[in-house]
Amino acid sequence: MALTKEQIAQRIARELQSGYYVNLGIGIPTLVANYIPKGMDVVLQSENGLLGMGPFPTEEKVDADLINAGKQTITILPGTAFFDSAYSFGMIRSQRIDLTVLGAMEVSENGDIANWKIPGKLIKGMGGAMDLVASARNIIVTMMQTNPKGESKLLSNCSLPLTGKKCIQRVLTDLGFYIIHDGAFHLVEIAPGVTIDEIKAKTLGKLVVSADLKTIEV
Amino acid sequence: MNKVVTNADEAVKDIPDNAVLMLGGFGLCGIPENSIAALIRKGVKGLTCISNNAGVDDFGIGLMLKTRQVKKMISSYVGENAEFERQLLSGELEVELIPQGTLATRCMMAGYGIPAFFTPAGVGTEIADGKETREFDGKEYLMEYAFKSDFAIVKAWKGDTAGNLIYRGTARNFNPMMAMAGEITIVEVEELVAEGELDPNEIHTPGIFVNRIFKGEKYEKRIEQRTISKQ
Repeated sequence: MALTKEQIAQRIARELQSGYYVNLGIGIPTLVANYIPKGMDVVLQSENGLLGMGPFPTEEKVDADLINAGKQTITILPGTAFFDSAYSFGMIRSQRIDLTVLGAMEVSENGDIANWKIPGKLIKGMGGAMDLVASARNIIVTMMQTNPKGESKLLSNCSLPLTGKKCIQRVLTDLGFYIIHDGAFHLVEIAPGVTIDEIKAKTLGKLVVSADLKTIEV
Repeated sequence: MNKVVTNADEAVKDIPDNAVLMLGGFGLCGIPENSIAALIRKGVKGLTCISNNAGVDDFGIGLMLKTRQVKKMISSYVGENAEFERQLLSGELEVELIPQGTLATRCMMAGYGIPAFFTPAGVGTEIADGKETREFDGKEYLMEYAFKSDFAIVKAWKGDTAGNLIYRGTARNFNPMMAMAGEITIVEVEELVAEGELDPNEIHTPGIFVNRIFKGEKYEKRIEQRTISKQ
């Protein structure tokens, strides 16, 4: 069975360590916040300008001056700090962020990523994604392995405009966990019940199945 | 030093057609909503707006898009605005999309008096086309320029009559850099107090960067994504 979005988030959460400053992108990455182990000291950064993001507010605590990078209302925690957006990207570019999790439309076997633009269609912009992928040293991309048409998002070359070049080393999809090096997707973990044949059928880029392949615990 | 003007209309009265404006805010958070309303009343046209986002269809900069006052947007993310997308795809509106950190730093550098800087964001992508690159310690960087703008329009929480400013929560976002970067900086605040009433230790933007300040008549502070937890 392919992983659900929640199971993807749970698997990512196992990468967290106490003391980490973490930036979670919009979509599946946001769900990771729900699975931070109790008692683990992890600080969430939101690139609009805060460290120490808390959960969504109750109705009475909603504050228009308190939002995350996805423009959602949030709360603060003991120790929260506010700052401007230049400071925020200073933290990102100077590699203070220990783990960055973001979504993508396509990833290539060389570690290129495309996640901001579909020519002639949807125009949204890159937000902070180009800054994040260009600077962060520990990035995990999370996405479904195929697009809604069933086509692989793990490619030899990205077909969409790039967000960053040769900057992605790890990808977790609903089917497997891949490490990118030497021009290939190295499958190191596979979702329970998913076959290598299915992975092969849904990976257009170069695929190497690790000799030490593990099953993702769910 | 007294920088106070009576209201939003007075503050924006000399903004001419085709001006380049910086507008503070992230999403709808910390936007100069009273100044935007005054720009619409004034009907100034052909504006270039440097702002992280373009508002939504019926609030923020989205209101000025509807009235066709904006010629060009310079933003990092514009995904929540259908009118923006329509005008862009039909060629009525020009847009320059740039990475958020680059946008913030281009504002900051303008305020710091530094003409250009190098950033890794966008190397190897279409936004690097035609830009000078340089290698430092084996890594490639793009040269980006400080913005030039005629007016910066920012929103702060509290300000004093001398233009010293304090922001609140994540409504700070792009406002402090833009406040430093405008040829003329216009500030609207929720609370305007006399000189001496703000704690100097808490001031984020010193008044030297501010040319005009006024108390906004009303703040709707619309929320884009009201997310609630049940507990």
